[in-house]
Amino acid sequence: MRRTKAEKIGDWILVLICTGMILICVLPIVNIASRSLSSGDALINNRVLLWPVEFSLEAYGTVFQSQRYVDSLIFTAWLTVAGVVLSLIMTTLCAFPLIFDNLPGKKFFNTVALITMYFGAGSIPTYLLIRNMGLLNNPLVLLLPYCLSVFNMILMRSFFYGIPQSLREAAEIDGAGPLRILTKIYLPLSVPVIATLSLFYAVGRWNGYTDALWFIDDRKYYPIQLLLYYLLNNAAALETAQQEGFTPPGVAEAVKSATVMFATVPILLVYPWLQKYFIAGAQLGAVKE
Amino acid sequence: MSSGVLTKRQQNRLDKGVSGTSKWTLVKRYWVLYVMLILPMAYFVIFRYLPMEYLAMAFKENNIIKPLWEVPWVGLKNFERAFGDRDFWNALRNTFMLNILDIGFGFPAPIILAIILNELVFKRFKRVTQTIAYMPHFLSWVIIYGLAMRLFAPTDGLVNILMNRAGYESISFFDKPNNWVATYVFLGIWQSVGWNTIIYLAAITNINPELYEAAAVDGAGRLRRIWHITLPGIKPTIVVLLILTMGGLIGGGFERPWVLRNPMVYDVATVLPVYVYTKGLLNYQFSLTTAVGMFQSVVGLFFVLGANFFARKVGERGLW
Repeated sequence: MRRTKAEKIGDWILVLICTGMILICVLPIVNIASRSLSSGDALINNRVLLWPVEFSLEAYGTVFQSQRYVDSLIFTAWLTVAGVVLSLIMTTLCAFPLIFDNLPGKKFFNTVALITMYFGAGSIPTYLLIRNMGLLNNPLVLLLPYCLSVFNMILMRSFFYGIPQSLREAAEIDGAGPLRILTKIYLPLSVPVIATLSLFYAVGRWNGYTDALWFIDDRKYYPIQLLLYYLLNNAAALETAQQEGFTPPGVAEAVKSATVMFATVPILLVYPWLQKYFIAGAQLGAVKE
Repeated sequence: MSSGVLTKRQQNRLDKGVSGTSKWTLVKRYWVLYVMLILPMAYFVIFRYLPMEYLAMAFKENNIIKPLWEVPWVGLKNFERAFGDRDFWNALRNTFMLNILDIGFGFPAPIILAIILNELVFKRFKRVTQTIAYMPHFLSWVIIYGLAMRLFAPTDGLVNILMNRAGYESISFFDKPNNWVATYVFLGIWQSVGWNTIIYLAAITNINPELYEAAAVDGAGRLRRIWHITLPGIKPTIVVLLILTMGGLIGGGFERPWVLRNPMVYDVATVLPVYVYTKGLLNYQFSLTTAVGMFQSVVGLFFVLGANFFARKVGERGLW
């Protein structure tokens, strides 16, 4: 199709608009990265915009020397790995049986899961239950209460439904049990949905903040987002500064930026590689909703 | 009834195959599946259904020392207290206000962006733009708050430094109620606009390309093509998503308003979940806030069910 001159101009206007949007997405992160790599003096004197001024790794050094940050980062990394494994197992265990249309009781199990999507007990009742179970301040409270998302379960089930049923029936005729069918046929074919759900669960756990705010008082078990929240609101920054003796306010500013980077970079490194998978997941989710 | 029509039971029997598999044989054949379901079902019962028992707190005295069943009932007193509380009405108003603004500004944004992306002729550039546009969706509200606080800081934030250089006065984006609401809505769009284009882009791909070719032959310009082909093509998607979004009018999360707010804007930033957290968890008013939470869940449920109902009704016509 030949394009007219007006259309060519239009093409470039659209490129311009999109470039503006890219900048709006990227500049905040460039800004914070530059601040984390600048000297405290340059920060106080407002000299840092979009490029590090008086390049310095002091902020990162400070973060690495602070036991609290290192502990929190390692703890959150562990939580994320354990959370993804646990959630994938739970999601599979729930989704797989529900694709057997002739399974007696299927409708009941399905309903038990679906009701929770529309009506929840609310935050205070959940808190009271968890308190009475003695799970407050227990690291398990950051794994168990939200380890299975019905939404993700439906996503996985829809994917399973897309695998030809004849495959399953042939295996059943050959005498394969459900467990064998799952591990030999379904899981090997499910890499896309497993990748998508791993990303969703990992991002959810890595970014998780509210559950820690409600259920955790003990500093040992602060995930990185909770620590970062207190740091940004200065409470933690002042304390740490006093404890560990890095008083210069400029450095404290750089440390804030460095901590934001620590919380952000792992996500930025992972999500682009899974793009083709999660797009399919997001489309499916929106249709199902 | 009449001959030739099978009864339901006969039909079922037929469905189960010639071997006449009975329910019991199926249970025996699939016992492993029931074992698999034990853990997920236990999860739902413990963490999703057991908390509902504590909804009883909404009708009981505020006492969490005694076991739940020993706490005396007080009828609807907690609801009366909530409805007599100015803070509650304020939180309800804020919930509606912020959600309506979110829908008003945030709903059209991904539609516009999806159309722009679809019109891009440089495929590589389009893919890069998409990847970057999805990024904010993966950032937590704490991170976004960290980024925004820096960027919008009154004296030394990038935005205000640039505005000062251009000769404008600094703006305090987080401190004044009106500014805060605008910042809140803007950050919401910033986080979600790219991600929400996915569904519209999928809808656009389903539009018959012949329509565009025919329009080009007829000499229709870009804007005409968008107006007469793209928009009508994704209209059903737009309608359904809009209705479903309306279902969340009284919903809304805790994290975004909680993380973004500060003492100078409590009046506009305290939404219902924040009210529940501060009154309930921080000030030990468990019965009152259970009642408020229940009010929000029940009203929210009606909104969602009503929205689903409408979506189904309109969805049928929208497809035509």
